[in-house]
Amino acid sequence: MHPIRKKRLTIVLFLVAGLAIAVGLTTYALRQNINLFYDPTEIAAGNAPVDVRIRAGGMVEAGSVVRDTETLKVEFKVTDFSASVPVEYVGILPDLFAEGQGVVAMGRLNNEGVFVADQVLAKHDENYMPPEVADALEKSSKAQNKAADVDKAAETTAY
Amino acid sequence: MYPELGQIALILALLLAVLLSVVPLAGALTGRDSLQAFARPLASGMFVFTGLAFAILTHAFIVDDFSVAYVANNSNSMLPWFYKFSAVWGGHEGSLLLWILMLTGWTLAVAVFSRKLPSTMVSQVLSVMGMVCVGFFLFIIVTSNPFDRLLPNVPTDGQDLNPLLQDIGLIIHPPMLYMGYVGFSVAFAFALAALINGRLDAAWARWSRPWTTVAWSFLTIGIALGSWWAYYELGWGGWWFWDPVENASLLPWLSGTALMHSLAVTEKRGVFKSWTVLLAIVTFALSLLGTFLVRSGVLTSVHAFASDPERGSFLLMLLGITVVGSLALYAFRAPVVHVRSRYGSLSREIFLLLNNVLLVTATLLVAIGTLYPLVLDYLDMGKLSIGEPFFNTTFSPLAIAAGLLLGTGIFSRWKKTDGGWLGRKLLWPLAVSLVASVAVIKMYGDFKPWAFAGVFTAMWVTVATLWDLWDKSSSRKGRLHGLKRQTRSYWGMVLGHLGVAMVMAGATVVSNYGIERDVRMVPGDSAMVGDYQIVFKEIGDRRGANFTAQYGSFDVLLDGKKVSELHPEKRNYPVGMSVMTEADIDAGLFRDIFVAIGERISDEAWAIRVQYKPLVRWLWLGSLIMAIGGFLAIADKRYRIKARNEAADKARAGNLVTGKPAEASS
Repeated sequence: MHPIRKKRLTIVLFLVAGLAIAVGLTTYALRQNINLFYDPTEIAAGNAPVDVRIRAGGMVEAGSVVRDTETLKVEFKVTDFSASVPVEYVGILPDLFAEGQGVVAMGRLNNEGVFVADQVLAKHDENYMPPEVADALEKSSKAQNKAADVDKAAETTAY
Repeated sequence: MYPELGQIALILALLLAVLLSVVPLAGALTGRDSLQAFARPLASGMFVFTGLAFAILTHAFIVDDFSVAYVANNSNSMLPWFYKFSAVWGGHEGSLLLWILMLTGWTLAVAVFSRKLPSTMVSQVLSVMGMVCVGFFLFIIVTSNPFDRLLPNVPTDGQDLNPLLQDIGLIIHPPMLYMGYVGFSVAFAFALAALINGRLDAAWARWSRPWTTVAWSFLTIGIALGSWWAYYELGWGGWWFWDPVENASLLPWLSGTALMHSLAVTEKRGVFKSWTVLLAIVTFALSLLGTFLVRSGVLTSVHAFASDPERGSFLLMLLGITVVGSLALYAFRAPVVHVRSRYGSLSREIFLLLNNVLLVTATLLVAIGTLYPLVLDYLDMGKLSIGEPFFNTTFSPLAIAAGLLLGTGIFSRWKKTDGGWLGRKLLWPLAVSLVASVAVIKMYGDFKPWAFAGVFTAMWVTVATLWDLWDKSSSRKGRLHGLKRQTRSYWGMVLGHLGVAMVMAGATVVSNYGIERDVRMVPGDSAMVGDYQIVFKEIGDRRGANFTAQYGSFDVLLDGKKVSELHPEKRNYPVGMSVMTEADIDAGLFRDIFVAIGERISDEAWAIRVQYKPLVRWLWLGSLIMAIGGFLAIADKRYRIKARNEAADKARAGNLVTGKPAEASS
């Protein structure tokens, strides 16, 4: 083969190999690490898979936060105002976690219908609402006509 | 009154930018020097007016002019003056103004430091920079005017700057990051100019190299500062979250790193030209993509400012025009590959090509992981997130491969390297790194395959770099003379590679051997983290300038001896009604001890996070060393001498044409 063609072939082979490795790694990693989001209504209706790592989000229901005084265990309910899901978490909650605030939790749903969270995210601004939560609220509010309440909540502003 | 002046200054700057993007380019294309001469004055004028607008906005912050909406939203009369200053870029509009200020600053820098370049090239480069400026001026004036007024109902006080941003990290992180992002526009402008006039050669590569390296160095510092800030301010001790916003800054960094290396090949050997141009375009496009992701509100993140769909679509349009326009130009003008210089299948060229393949693959992976959820969401195909494990499993093998390749490639030669010679050359460094990494892993504890791979790679890069330095610096006049003889760009490379090794070592060790514990503690309790004992002494109240805090006192003991005393706080900012955790850290070169106060569990007990973070400082120290390497490389005499030689070459060529003997001129 002509040396230049040979060189081009090597370059192309390198590129193809790199791409193949990338695609392989990506599909492998993606298959294991995609976390789907479910809102409380979907979870309460039994549409969310059990024992699969998912994201769940909504507002922390007022008066639902129960803290164990001897360990770091916390229980609370996440609601979209049409259904609510009990959540269990062991550890330190973020600064902006509070009743009536939007949160997103990562974790698994157990057989009793309790969402066991390994990570709880509340965003860094009292006005901020995770888009998933805003959407979930909007959806349930359309069903229930609670628009006024949610419009305010869905304004996602600032840092 | 002043804010309106700021507004007018911005509009004037826009007009100058429009002129800059048309007049010098027209001059270059028609060969009229009188039009090209406008390039430098226009660039200066644009910078002056943008600087004026920025100064006016800063003034509004300093004097608490809450009639300006942006000031009212991001400042407060109780804020200390230095935070008022940094609050200028604490929100969307102001940070965009800072971005533009830097863009015009880079444009001015090109105008000033390009005296030795042919004037057509300068005109074209500045015109392209002008076009980029036009896009961003339009963006700020149309969608995000920082000088909008709240009249007649002027608020009596502002809403305060987000307490997270009241920190030294925020004062310097955005300017550094933007310097990097925006700096790649220069490499982009050079690439486009080269495509327009068809001069895609080694000289072009040499001109754009220092600009790319400087931008890359700033971006490196910016990313490192962001990571450091996240670590002590919001991360509860995490230093990289694979958050889309972090990824947005990592993307141009990865492709920028590839660009730096491929520019080196283009300059030295005159090959990979089309590839280099493409990388320059892609890198700047990724910088724009980063801006779009961060500023449009499509992301769930700390950095998501006001999500205004108008802004998002404007930025997307800007990105679209840039990408489509420059790629179209590329398609028509990129040189057809005609390889003039030959290189063997085992040569430095090939090693650098492989480095590029790995870096571009890494860029693609990060881009997929970042954009895939957004695209699905946009298409309404469900909401999902791609978490850290995805990035860790895909990125780490690539990083290790790149490191192993780096150590090997250092010994390779341009054109052709003898395989047997290379193999023998590698033997000793390989043995040394193997033994050293085993020793390091033994010191930290259990053997973990990934930890070993990471430490070995870092060691391999270090040993190979130093080995090469030792080889190169051997001299009959003594070692010191040999070391002095090395060029600054070589030293820059050495530092850059040692910095990478440090970052790798830090990342590997802290992720594998760091300890993180959340414990319930009552004053008087103690908790162990690694070999360290943390004693919770007491917790009390404290008042700050614009906050109140619960103030904890902890002793850190090692083998019963007190090492340090830490005072983490839980702050309450009344203006914004927000709570902030301020961790306290006993920092060290080899380990950090990190204590943060969580929430109150009962009257007496608190949730406390204690962490042992080995080598975590190496992440930022390594990045800093990398950046210093970059700055050192551009200080190389070569860039100036070559420029002079070129002028001489030209003069000589001119003499040949006119028939005079070449010697006469020199």
